[in-house]
Amino acid sequence: MATAGLHDSELGELQRRLIILRVGLLLVVALLALRLWHLQIREGPYYRDLSENNRTRSVIMEPARGLIYDRNGVLLANNVPSFTLYVSLEDVKNRELLIEQLTNLLGLDEALVRKKLTARGSKQLPRKVKDRLSLREATLIESHRLDLPGVMVQVESQRNYPGGVTASHLLGYVGEVSPEQLEKPEFADLHQGSIVGQYGVEKFFDRLVRGQAGQKSIEVDALGHEKRTVVVEQAHAGDNLYLTIDVRLQKVAESLLGEESGAIVALDPRTGDVLAMASRPGFDPNVLSRELTPKQWAEIVQNEGRPLNNRASQGQYPPGSVFKVMMAAAALESNTVTPSTTIHCNGGYQFGRRLYHDWKAGGHGSVDLRRALIQSCDVYFYTVGQRMGIETMASFAHMFGLGEETGIELPSERIGIVPSSAWKQKAKNEPWLPGETISASIGQGYVNVTPLQMASLIGTVANDGVTFRPRLVRAVMDRATGALEERPAVPKRTLKLRPEILPLIKEALAGVVTEGTATRAKSALVTIAGKTGTAQTTALGKDKKAEKDIPKKFRDHAWFVAFAPVDAPTIAVAVLGEHMGHGGSASAPLAKVLIETYVKLNLPAPAAVPDGAVAREADAGGQETR
Amino acid sequence: MIDRVINSRGFDNFDFRFIGLIFVILGVGVLSIYSVTHDQGVAFPFYAKQIVWIVLGTVAFLVMWLSDYHRIARLAYPAYAIILVLLAVVLFEGKSSRGAQRWIPMGPFAFQPSEFAKLVLIVTLAHYYSKAPRVGWLQRVVLPGLLVLPGLLLILKQPDLGSGLSFLAVYAAMLLMVGMRSKALGVILLFSLMLFPFAWEMMWGSLHDYQRQRIMAFVDPAYDPGGKGYHALQSRIAIGAGELTGKGLYGGTQSQLKFLPEGHTDFVFSVFAEEWGFIGVLALLILFVTLIWLSLEIVARAKDQLGALLAVGIICMLCFCVVVNIGMTAGMFPIVGIPLPLMSYGGSATIMTMASLGLLLNVKRRRLSFF
Repeated sequence: MATAGLHDSELGELQRRLIILRVGLLLVVALLALRLWHLQIREGPYYRDLSENNRTRSVIMEPARGLIYDRNGVLLANNVPSFTLYVSLEDVKNRELLIEQLTNLLGLDEALVRKKLTARGSKQLPRKVKDRLSLREATLIESHRLDLPGVMVQVESQRNYPGGVTASHLLGYVGEVSPEQLEKPEFADLHQGSIVGQYGVEKFFDRLVRGQAGQKSIEVDALGHEKRTVVVEQAHAGDNLYLTIDVRLQKVAESLLGEESGAIVALDPRTGDVLAMASRPGFDPNVLSRELTPKQWAEIVQNEGRPLNNRASQGQYPPGSVFKVMMAAAALESNTVTPSTTIHCNGGYQFGRRLYHDWKAGGHGSVDLRRALIQSCDVYFYTVGQRMGIETMASFAHMFGLGEETGIELPSERIGIVPSSAWKQKAKNEPWLPGETISASIGQGYVNVTPLQMASLIGTVANDGVTFRPRLVRAVMDRATGALEERPAVPKRTLKLRPEILPLIKEALAGVVTEGTATRAKSALVTIAGKTGTAQTTALGKDKKAEKDIPKKFRDHAWFVAFAPVDAPTIAVAVLGEHMGHGGSASAPLAKVLIETYVKLNLPAPAAVPDGAVAREADAGGQETR
Repeated sequence: MIDRVINSRGFDNFDFRFIGLIFVILGVGVLSIYSVTHDQGVAFPFYAKQIVWIVLGTVAFLVMWLSDYHRIARLAYPAYAIILVLLAVVLFEGKSSRGAQRWIPMGPFAFQPSEFAKLVLIVTLAHYYSKAPRVGWLQRVVLPGLLVLPGLLLILKQPDLGSGLSFLAVYAAMLLMVGMRSKALGVILLFSLMLFPFAWEMMWGSLHDYQRQRIMAFVDPAYDPGGKGYHALQSRIAIGAGELTGKGLYGGTQSQLKFLPEGHTDFVFSVFAEEWGFIGVLALLILFVTLIWLSLEIVARAKDQLGALLAVGIICMLCFCVVVNIGMTAGMFPIVGIPLPLMSYGGSATIMTMASLGLLLNVKRRRLSFF
C-alpha cells in the first residue's frame, strides 16, 4: 500500500495513545464492578426483600363459618358463595383514582371506600372493600381488570340465614370485626375484614363457629397472573352448632306475638333446654350481616321498636303478680304464714297514710295462700311481704335466680333488680322506706326481671326446685374430625325448701288456670299450671280508665308464666307482652297455644331422652354437612 | 498462491484464547436467554434462534477473518451508501416494535440495519482516516463528521438512541486515536462544552416522550416506579437480589416471573446477575476485559494504520456497548436500548458483533504479512 508508509508515524502515535484506552477501560470496569458490588453486596439484602415482595401476594383464606342447626337438624345459619371485592394496596398506584373508579363503577359510597382503603393495618394484606357483590358488579370489575390494578374479586362464603327473621335475636348476626375489637386479645388472630359474630349465638359462640383463617402465598408475575400458590396455612372451618330450639315452636312463638312487642321463652325444665325464645320486633340477620351504610345502621338503632333488643334476655320489666310465685314459697319457708293462714282482703291495704289497692275493687274476702295465688290477691301478699320484710324477700328472690344471670349462652344478658335496703343505698344513696316493701311484694316498685328469668323461675317450680342453666347449644361438631361433643345440661342449684311447699304451690298454680285468673289458658289437650301478672308501667292506678282509653305506651305489661303437663312438666313458658294489658287476657292464651303446639309436635314421637335425641340429630346433621 | 500462504499463516495465528472467550461469553448468553424464555412453550424459542444467529455469526466471523481487510475497506463507501439507503427504508417501510421503527422484515425474521451501520461506519471512518492527509482539522474532524451525520440522523429518527450514541462513540474514539493534537482536542472539547446547552436543548426537544421520561426516571427512579422507571427499578432489584452468590440458574424470580422486561435482550445482564450473583458478575466482567485487552494487543501490533483504526473502532464500539449496557441495567445511566454484545438475544446484533470480531482477528492475522 502506497499510503501505508506515509502514515507510519501516525500509526506509532496511535499505538502510543492506546494507553488512554487501557487506562480508561480499567477505570470504567472498576467503576462498574464497584457499582455492582454496591448493588449486590451492600444493598443486596434490601433488593432481595424487594424481589420477594415483588412476586408474592399474601391472601387470607377465610374460613367457612360453622353451620347452625335447630334441635331437629333444620338449618338455621349456613354459608353461601358470594363475590367479595378486595384491593391490594401494594399494587395501587393512584389511590384517589381508584376510589373514584370504584365509586363510579359500582356506585359505592365514596366515604366508605376511602375509609376501607385508608384504614390502619397491614399493607401486605388485601383490603376487603365490599362483600356480596352482585354478579353484575363482579362482572363489571372483571371487565375493567386492566384499568384497576390491585383490585381483586374473590369468591367467599357469606353468612346466610335461610329462616330470615326467625330466631334472629337468638342467632344474632355477623359482621366485620371492628377496629375496637381488633385491639382486644381475643381477636388477635384476626385482621381487617374478618367476619365475627356480633350478636346472639353467633357472638357468644364465635370462637367455636368462626373457624381459623388460613393464608396462602401467591406467586404472581408482573402481570398479576398467578404462577404458583403456596398454602402457608390451611383454613379451618368453624364448628357446627346444634341448638336446643325447635324451629317450629320458635316460629309459633314469634307469630303469637305478631306485631306486638314482647318476648316468649319456652324451656324444658328438666334440662334447661331453650325450646323457643322469641323477641319482637325482630330483624333480618341477613340484612345486618351485610355491610350497612351509616344511615341504614342509624335507622335500625334509632327504631323506636328497638328491634335489636332481645327482650327475652335483655328486656327488664316489673314482674307484677308473677312475683307472687316466689313470694308464696318464701312465705311458707320463712314461716311467715302456714298454708292455712288466712288473711282478709277488703280491696285495700292501709299502711301509714297510704292505702294500697288490690286489683279487685271489692276485695277477695278471706283468702289462704292457695286462694291468694289463684285469685292473685294483692292484699294477701302485701301483708305477707310486710311481715317477712324486704331482706327476707330479697334473699328468697335471689334463691330463685332473680337479680342474677341465668347463665344463658347469649351476650349481654341483663339481671334485673332485686331491691333491698343495701341495694337502694348503693343504687340511689337513700334508705329503704317501709312502704316500698309493700310494692315489692307484688312485684312492683323497683323489682325488675327478664322474661328469661321468669321462665327459669317457673321451670324451677315445675322441676321440683332444681334449676338448670338455660342451654342453647346441645352439641358442637368439630368439622375437621366430625366428632360430636355433647354439651351436658348443667344443674345450677336446688331450692332449699321444705318438701311440701312446692307441691302446694304447683297445685295452686294449676288452680290459677282451672278456676283463677288464667282460665283462658285452659287447654283440652294438656293440663297447664301458671301465673298471670299485670305489671304497671306508670302510676296510673288510682283513676282507672277502660283499657282501650289508655294510650298504648301507658298500658300495663301482660305476663303469664306456665308449665305443663302439671303432673310431669316438660315445658315451662314465660310470655311477656309489652303494654298488652292484663296477663290473664292477653298473655295466657298465647302460652296456651304455644304449649299445645309443643304437645302436638311431641305427640307423634314422644320426647326421647336427651342423650338419644342428640345422637339422632347428630346423624341427621352430619349428613347435611357432607 | 500467496493467499494460501496467508491462510496457513492465519491458522498459525489462530488465537484460541480469543475465540474461546468469544464462545464462552456467547454460551453464557444462550444460557441466560434459555433461563428466561425456556417456559414460553413456542416451537422455536429464543435460545434456539439465538443459536442459529451464532451459527450465522460464525460464518460472518470466518468471512471477515479470512478476507483481506484492505479489500473490505475498499468497499466502505458503497457499503455506507447502502446502509444509508436501508436506514431510510426502515423509516418508511420498517417494522415497529415498542414505539420504535428499527427493523426491516425478512420473512419470519427482521433485519436491523442500525446494528450493521455501526460496523460499516467503523470501516468507513478507518478507511477515510487511513487515506486522509494529516493536515488541517477540516479533514480530521469536519469531513468525517459530515460522513457520520446522515447515518446518525437517520438512526436517531427511528428512534434508536443506543445505536446513535454508539455512532458518536465510534466517531469520538476515532478522533481521539487518529492523532488529534492536544491543542485541537482542547479546542474541540471547549467548543463542545459551549455548544452543549444548545445541543442538549435540541436533543431534549427532539427526544420522544418515552425517552425523556426514561431520563427523568433515571434521575429519580421512584419518580414513577410502575411506569417509566419500571425497567430501571426492576433491573436494579434483579441485580441486587442476586447478592454474592446469586439465586442459581432458573432461580431468578425477577426474570422468571417477568417482572424484568426484555430479560432476553437488553436486560440479559440483569438476568445473569440475579442468577449468578456478584461472583458471576465479576467473572463475566473479567471475560469481557480479557477479550478487550487481547483486542488492544492487536491494535498495538497492527502493521498499518487502517488495521489499527479498524481495531480501535471495533474495540471502542464493543467497550461502549458493554459499559453502557451494564451501566444502564445497574442504574448508572439512563436506559438507552443497547444490547450487551455476545449475550443479548438478537440476530443483527449477534451477527454484526461476530463479524466485527472476525475483522479484528483479521487485523491480527495480517500483522506478520509484509507485502
